[in-house]
Amino acid sequence: MVAEIIKPENIVYAKSKMLTDAPMHYCPGCSHGTVHKILAEVAEDLGIQDKVVGITPVGCAVLLYSYLDIDWVEAAHGRAPAVATGIKRTNPDLHVIAYQGDGDLAAIGTSEIIHACNRGENITVIFINNGIYGMTGGQMAPTTLIGMKTATTPQGRRVDINGYPFKVSEIMAQLPGTSYVTRQAVHTSGAVRQAKKALKKAIEKAYAGKGTSFVEFVATCSSGWKLSPTEANKWMTENMLPFYPLGDLKDS
Amino acid sequence: MSELRLMKGNEVIAEAAIRCGCDAYFGYPITPQSEVMETLMELRPWEAGGMVVLQAESEVASINMVYGAASTGKRAMTSSSSPGISLMAEGLSYLAGAELPCLVVNVSRGGPGLGTIQPSQADYFMATKGGGHGDFHLIVLAPSSVQEMHDFVFLAFDLAFKYRNPAMILADGVVGQMMEKVALLDPRPRRTREELLKEAGSWATTGKSNRTRNIITSVELDPAKHERFNQKLQAKYAEIREKEVRYEELLCDDAEYLIAAYGISARIGQKAVELLRAEGVKVGLFRPITLYPFPAEQIAARARQLKGILCVELSAGQMIEDVRLAVGNGLPTAHFGRNGGVIHSPNEVVEAMRRIFEV
Repeated sequence: MVAEIIKPENIVYAKSKMLTDAPMHYCPGCSHGTVHKILAEVAEDLGIQDKVVGITPVGCAVLLYSYLDIDWVEAAHGRAPAVATGIKRTNPDLHVIAYQGDGDLAAIGTSEIIHACNRGENITVIFINNGIYGMTGGQMAPTTLIGMKTATTPQGRRVDINGYPFKVSEIMAQLPGTSYVTRQAVHTSGAVRQAKKALKKAIEKAYAGKGTSFVEFVATCSSGWKLSPTEANKWMTENMLPFYPLGDLKDS
Repeated sequence: MSELRLMKGNEVIAEAAIRCGCDAYFGYPITPQSEVMETLMELRPWEAGGMVVLQAESEVASINMVYGAASTGKRAMTSSSSPGISLMAEGLSYLAGAELPCLVVNVSRGGPGLGTIQPSQADYFMATKGGGHGDFHLIVLAPSSVQEMHDFVFLAFDLAFKYRNPAMILADGVVGQMMEKVALLDPRPRRTREELLKEAGSWATTGKSNRTRNIITSVELDPAKHERFNQKLQAKYAEIREKEVRYEELLCDDAEYLIAAYGISARIGQKAVELLRAEGVKVGLFRPITLYPFPAEQIAARARQLKGILCVELSAGQMIEDVRLAVGNGLPTAHFGRNGGVIHSPNEVVEAMRRIFEV
């Protein structure tokens, strides 16, 4: 009876062939795993497995190369856009996708990301913004909201001490080198479908030589936020999304 | 066949890069080596041969662009001067940790800090002992002529790919800025994709068609595995020390004293040897060409016949530590050198020999 049902023609959903069988090290409720999954699915849909190189960051996604069956280069903290530039300039036929978190991209790596986007490197940048440093134990990130408690802002982020949360996509959208800048999330199934569409478009546009594609994901970090996965999704919706609204910022 | 030209050291780096089939140069302007990128931009090698030349936003970006291109098996290089090389220290450590071949040229100037734009040899420690975190070494070549600026670009890339390790040309502001006759080798074309895959396909991230995926990384969270990786690196460095030592000796056979010097100090030392020989002093010149690996056994072998060694460097004395390690405490070794951008004259070296060794 079961064998009757499990046939290729009846399959409506399956794990992407591009995902390896390595168990992911992410905490329950973390957005990274979902973003990895849609990246794998999009790359599979586009049939680019053999001509893509990914760049992994320093941060929670440092081990991303364990999970997607493509060639990977692990970059120093913040330097992924420069590494991506080196790869893409010398290998224009490759799809080049850099994956960075908010500490990596928006703090230590601001110079590299701004200049790569401003030169209009034909690369795709995936930017995970969960407002916290996950890997090092929940310290303040440039994108941490005002009042948000972290290991280095135990009383909550204060403007007079820590300055303001950093809206990165808004800056990237102003640069003439970017062609597609969008802010997505993966907290609901609708958001996942939307994000997948955006990511596909981003990769296609970069490969077509239109300039840099920049895809921000507003993301959860339930361990860093000290919330359950469900509470983290709710907190993100109520606090992060009003400050970091979803949608396309630029599509030229 | 070769072509003779009168050229500046920095210009020759650019010319040699094109002629040796380099795929990409990434750099950031800094005196006294800016002519390297200026010459490349003037020659436009992307038009004839497809070589990429890109001005980066910083030395930090340059070295990481090199890292990216090198990850795909390309022959990538950068050049800078001392403060810029400090900024590249992190990248050099990652390149060594990921076992990526590349060429970094340091046309060094006086430090510390912003220092001076005048020539110096005060980056010996940085080039040979560290220049980044962790147990790693660069292969370090020290040219003392414009001809060697040319030749060592070819040699550095060959060694870098042979050992999958970053190589450095440690020059100085004099060699970078001075003009000399140079014999240019015939251009060798950039490798085809097939040739690149043959040389680097087993590790380079070229897109994973028809093979298992390649991963370029220096992270390993399991201490036991990471220790084994470090042991493998050290075995590689031991092989480099065994096979790749290069040095030059001048009038050493009957020498009672040696002037040990590299780079421009060796040229000045050579003149000092001539002046002293004219007075009947039996002195020779020992010139390390590879600073890493250092010709330790070779200078130690020579030491048995000597009464003393004068290390001449445009620094407060850095290479002298390797000389002393090699020859031990039984032989008087002394340092002489101007620094901070001041260049010693041959006569000053002669006077130092007289004062220190009473010759």
